[in-house]
Amino acid sequence: MHELALADAVIKAALRAADEAGMDRIDKLVVKVGELQQIEKDLFEFSLTSVLPTQDERIADAEFEVTEERVRFGCKACGHEYAKDEAALDGGGDADEAIHFIPELSHAFARCPSCGSPDFEILAGRGITLERIEGSSADDG
Amino acid sequence: MVESIDPRPFTIEERLAGVQRLVGVTGSKGGIGKSVVAATLALALADRGVKVGLFDLDFTSPSDHVVLGIDRRFPEEEFGVDPHVVHGIHMMSVAFFAGDAAVPLRGAATTSALLELLAITRWGDLEVLLLDMPPGLGDTSLDVINLVPRLQFLLIGNGSRVVVESVRRAAGLLSELNVPLIGLLENMRRSQTGVVRSLAQEFGMPYLGAIPFDSDLEAALGNVGRLRRTAVYGALGELAESLS
Repeated sequence: MHELALADAVIKAALRAADEAGMDRIDKLVVKVGELQQIEKDLFEFSLTSVLPTQDERIADAEFEVTEERVRFGCKACGHEYAKDEAALDGGGDADEAIHFIPELSHAFARCPSCGSPDFEILAGRGITLERIEGSSADDG
Repeated sequence: MVESIDPRPFTIEERLAGVQRLVGVTGSKGGIGKSVVAATLALALADRGVKVGLFDLDFTSPSDHVVLGIDRRFPEEEFGVDPHVVHGIHMMSVAFFAGDAAVPLRGAATTSALLELLAITRWGDLEVLLLDMPPGLGDTSLDVINLVPRLQFLLIGNGSRVVVESVRRAAGLLSELNVPLIGLLENMRRSQTGVVRSLAQEFGMPYLGAIPFDSDLEAALGNVGRLRRTAVYGALGELAESLS
């Protein structure tokens, strides 16, 4: 599972961003998980909350909120917007596994249900985004 | 409060921390033989006992696995994704995931796919990682220059006027971006013109020698035993020694 690797990236990004924002401590992280990547949410959340933060005291006591976002594809050929369930998806389980690793590989397997084009944009619900970091510094009192 | 960050770039440096030398193989022009050179050079390095990786960055037309005769197989996942190790080469390619399916990607999607693979691939400890660049100086090339630390470039060209102009532009841009150039390798040479050597001198970079045009190469693609007997493999020996 590479959920741990993605969670690791979230923690590293949060610590870097906190540094740049002058935060000594991270109080809360809000992470958005896109439907397309088919992350194993329990494993991802466990990695975020129980495994990785213990390695840095600045984030050890942070609260984590994981939200999910549904996929929206926008067809570049005909303009139709559609959900993952509506896309004509070739490739079966192999397609799902490939998209899990690299969501952009949906372009290899998914087609617009309206015109059949593989030329689309992933408008929402792609992968992991660190939505919000809340923290404080010693100077805050 | 900080809002909306893509976390993937923050882990790339650590993912590549165990790689001693990162070499982008580029020719700026399609059909110049980048993939054959990159894959065969990786093989020559592996044969010399060098711990080498090969990252096929041509997402829309990956072909390193074709040169080396490697079938599609999903990489193993464990705290990231492990490259396949085939013929002693640690290898990653979109072809392992997409198989024979065409992958029509626009610029932003290409950038995102590159970020994903850089963020999740566990290269481990390598002496050399070769990055087989896509043709041209578009999104992927610029992203690689921005995202991959300690990157050097190996340029490939030949004596065709069309190629020379293209390589000149690439060398000029890379110099402007302060990307170190290992040198210029002449590929598919049919006659000795000195044009490529002069081009290397123009940019003050080493001329790395010439690979002769090899009419037997096509039949050797996909079979590393035969590949090792080609003029291409033989001509890359010196370069492999210098990189190892």
